Amino acid sequence: MRTEIRFAGFGGQGIIRSGLMLATAACIWGDKNAVQTQSYGPESRGGSCKSEVVIADEEIDYPKVDEPDIVMIMSQEAYNKYVSTAKKGATILLDPSMVTEVESSLHLKTYNIPATKIAQKLGKTIIANVVMLGALTAITKIVTPEAMKKAVAQNVPRGTEKLNLAAFKRGYEYGRQLKG
Amino acid sequence: MNNKDLMLQHPLAKYLRQERMPHIWCEGCGNGILLNSFLEALDELQLDLDNIVVISGIGCIGRAAGYVNVDSFHTTHGRAIPFATGVKLANPQLKVVVISGDGDLFAIGGNHFIHAARRNVDIKVICANNFNYGMTGGQYGPTTPLEAWTTTTPYGNIEHPFNLVHLAAASGAVYAARWTTLQVRRLKASIKKALQKEGFSLIEVISPCPEIYDRYNKLGTAVEVMKWFKLVSEVHKAYDPAKAVITKNRIIIGEFVDIEKPSYGRLLREMTAQVKEDLEGENTK
Amino acid sequence: MAKNNKAVLTGTHFLSGDLACAEGALAAGCRFFGGYPITPATEIAERMARRLPQIGGIYIQMEDEIASIAAVIGASYAGKKAMTATSGPGFSLMQENIGLAVMTEAPLVIVDIMRGGPSTGQPTMPGQQDVMQAKWGSHGDYEIIALAPSSVQEMFDLTIECFNLAETFRVPVMLLADEIIGHMWERVEIPPSNEITIINRKKPVVPPREYHPFQPDDDLVPPMACFGEGYRFHATGLTHDEKGAPKTVSIPEQTKLVKRLCGKIRTNTDTIIQVKEVTLEDADVVVVAYGIASRAALSAVRKARTQGIKAGLLRLITIWPFPEKLVAQIAEQAKAIIVPEMNCGQLVREVERAAKTTPVSLLSKLGEEPHRPSEIVEAMRRM
Repeated sequence: MRTEIRFAGFGGQGIIRSGLMLATAACIWGDKNAVQTQSYGPESRGGSCKSEVVIADEEIDYPKVDEPDIVMIMSQEAYNKYVSTAKKGATILLDPSMVTEVESSLHLKTYNIPATKIAQKLGKTIIANVVMLGALTAITKIVTPEAMKKAVAQNVPRGTEKLNLAAFKRGYEYGRQLKG
Repeated sequence: MNNKDLMLQHPLAKYLRQERMPHIWCEGCGNGILLNSFLEALDELQLDLDNIVVISGIGCIGRAAGYVNVDSFHTTHGRAIPFATGVKLANPQLKVVVISGDGDLFAIGGNHFIHAARRNVDIKVICANNFNYGMTGGQYGPTTPLEAWTTTTPYGNIEHPFNLVHLAAASGAVYAARWTTLQVRRLKASIKKALQKEGFSLIEVISPCPEIYDRYNKLGTAVEVMKWFKLVSEVHKAYDPAKAVITKNRIIIGEFVDIEKPSYGRLLREMTAQVKEDLEGENTK
Repeated sequence: MAKNNKAVLTGTHFLSGDLACAEGALAAGCRFFGGYPITPATEIAERMARRLPQIGGIYIQMEDEIASIAAVIGASYAGKKAMTATSGPGFSLMQENIGLAVMTEAPLVIVDIMRGGPSTGQPTMPGQQDVMQAKWGSHGDYEIIALAPSSVQEMFDLTIECFNLAETFRVPVMLLADEIIGHMWERVEIPPSNEITIINRKKPVVPPREYHPFQPDDDLVPPMACFGEGYRFHATGLTHDEKGAPKTVSIPEQTKLVKRLCGKIRTNTDTIIQVKEVTLEDADVVVVAYGIASRAALSAVRKARTQGIKAGLLRLITIWPFPEKLVAQIAEQAKAIIVPEMNCGQLVREVERAAKTTPVSLLSKLGEEPHRPSEIVEAMRRM
């Protein structure tokens, strides 16, 4: 089984890091094959930014995402650009404070995760991507929360592990409630 | 007596690859004096020849590397200094000497010179400055004086020349000296000093180019150029290198910089030792 | 993970291609890196800057790529295994000294993480546009070796292979990867150090007096003394005889030297060339691909087979020397050949030359997105 996941937003939101965390969780602690690729402009901050992950039980030949099964979106620009490329019935996770104009007619399962607000309450907007990852883990079950937590802890700056794991937990709980 | 017999009698013969003789330099060229001073310095210091590397770039003096009986490398145009940097860092036991010309070191290779001086890489640069590109037939270069005639300044040179010792001083060299090929004892003493000193050193050697530059500019025969050197050379001690410009009437010579500063290699080895020590400490915790 | 005093980080890792390349170099014995920052190869320099001091190696950031390759040649001659890493613009600056490394037979490795060109082009986007430059970029006639990794694991494995080939043949060896492979993260298995094959340059067996630095053995490769070992030899970028003496006007010396420099690679192509063959036995349509394009090609060949198309893949691991004989053999049996490349058609010319009358079709791609498997399958249907 091959699952394609796309993360999109702008530079500085941790988009590439999010893809990396998911791929690490699947590959190192999830007993699957995983590959992460990325696309970004020359700017470190602010430019549009995309990260792609393919997770599969079998060997992964083509490493890029063609028709994503899961899309995590953190900007309006990214929504407009990528929502139409998602597979029919794909799972879309978006942050409503970043994406305000949403098309309702698409055959997609869309979940609104107020990640920026949750992150603000925890004290740092920059961890919104980890809140999103928590929700993504709960909703898609693509990796176990245990694997994901290990990947988060390994991929954040030293000394911020606790805060990031709290963000992950809040996102995970929010996602689980949404999923019902 | 043929050339070979002369060579066998030469007191510095063991420092030369005799099978490469005769050299390619013109009669009266200053390169022979420069090379001789370098070999005498080696001889007087009794350095282990197995630990000396001579590196050159392209140009007449660039052939010096091939004549010296030590490990040697003739690089591409302008790249002797970065090549020498790689050699010195890879094997710190070696004494690394760059012998090259003004065009090679300061035009095409100018950027490498200032950065090696800034880093204070422990290499010794001996520059033959003959004010032009001799090997290609006399074009102007970074040291050609204003108004001089070369084949590419047929109406006179309108570019200002570099003051090499000032450039070396400003870039961070720990030693910078200038001599003409007339002051052979002082030149040799400078080379010996640089060889024993840690850090980036420049020795500029003002050198006659009788067949090309000196002829174009009507400076006379090699002997006459040497007489001119005698007439206009002014030896100073610790003269401000910024003011040590070269004119027709005045060539300021001497040692301009002679300071102590840890070399790049030393700092690198200290850093590496510290990194290793810290890691070992962490691993045994 | 990067905090380690071991050269070989045995174990399972999740790494980017650039990082795996750096680890491969260290595992191969590389102890000198001279470089200059450039997207998308900077991560290699960053990793080396951190890791080399941990294991007693040397990292130096030079003032430009010309200086980087010059320092690497110097370090190689002083006895270290040495490497530099760059991308298109820096690779262009290195070309003259690549010729010097060829002429003086300096073993070294150059990594080029290819981005979009010409000129500054698209720094963060992939390309396979330096393939011909790798072969022909410096002036004069010469042969080099270039390998094209298509996975992060190969960024590790083939970097080691690059060093082994460089040391065996005394030639600059290039790892030609693209931005996607360089920045892609995948699992990497790093074996125990005693399971990694390491080849070191052969040393002279004669005393210094009898040593001629450019006198070859039967394999056309001369044993290599290094500076400071007492051999007191001379090397030059000028045409030279076996003793290293310049021979700037001799026709026989020019002919002998240049033919040997080319010959030491050309006569050893069978031992150098590595490819991967996938369902070629009965293939009507064969995809010849390398690097990132070969990943889509593999997927396309698998898909095509399920749709009844007899498709096969020849994945080139070695792109220089070009596996001419092999492509010619495959072309005899195949009805059509497809070459997907992220350029306007470079290696396809070599394929065409080898394939003779078999039709060869280029699938060109420029910019961010690599070939999709579906595009290659469509091309197969068209053929």
